[in-house]
Amino acid sequence: MIIARILGTVVSTQKDERLKGSKLLLVRPLNLDGSDGSGYVVAVDTVGAGYHERVLVVAGSSARLAEGQKDKPVDAAIVGVIDTVDFVND
Amino acid sequence: MQLARVIGCVVATVKNDSLEGRKLLVVQSLNADLKPQGQPLVALDAIGAGVGELVFWCRGKEASFPFRREDTPTDCTIIGIVDSDAHVSKGRGGR
Amino acid sequence: MILARVVGNVVATQKNERYASARVMLCQPVTPSGEETGATLLALDSVDAGVGDTVLIVQEGWGASTAATGEQGAAIDSAIIGVVDRVDLLEEDTAKRKR
Repeated sequence: MIIARILGTVVSTQKDERLKGSKLLLVRPLNLDGSDGSGYVVAVDTVGAGYHERVLVVAGSSARLAEGQKDKPVDAAIVGVIDTVDFVND
Repeated sequence: MQLARVIGCVVATVKNDSLEGRKLLVVQSLNADLKPQGQPLVALDAIGAGVGELVFWCRGKEASFPFRREDTPTDCTIIGIVDSDAHVSKGRGGR
Repeated sequence: MILARVVGNVVATQKNERYASARVMLCQPVTPSGEETGATLLALDSVDAGVGDTVLIVQEGWGASTAATGEQGAAIDSAIIGVVDRVDLLEEDTAKRKR
């Protein structure tokens, strides 16, 4: 899983039927110190995440195991909103 | 599977229902010399690991197998705690 | 999932029978603001995407296979699963881009 921040939303009308009603968010991976990592990914939201929040993103086929994502063609899902990250710096 | 050091923990109150009660830890993968390699990741804990411990983790869908595998969304799970740094030996002299 | 622009299609008469009727599209990954990034890739189409469209590509076997062929187990790893109408970026990012 990676920590990411929400960059924006993706709107798509013509899409796989199984994705109807899914909220798609653009997220950018973050480094541990909170700075921006590189690249981005489009992830389906399963927790009602909002703008400016740091989130937990799970990738690969595991994304389909998230509540409500069974049998949907997704490879990245937002599965948590992060409150805090504590880490040792050495 | 990769060796890693647990370097922190993540608190997320709002999370996917299937992650309820699970512990999230930050891991830094290590090479054979126990030097950091790559970016830190967030892993689900399946073994009871703590910050500072040397562990190994599993990637991919298999990462959900220690849990109720049909509904635990994780792509990175800590599945073992290495007894100590000295228990990682490299080369022919290995146990 | 990633965003990409459809830049062409590939005709392959002789291909795996599991996706004999599918369209193979040549796609260029793009950043949220539309700039090209990374290497081009091939993806099977499941939503009637056309050249020039910005699309959503899933890069995971099961999802790609069920979307593009209707069943699991086809040997593909990428499928177009949506045509992107719009990407809304947060204000801070819009501001950054304009600078």
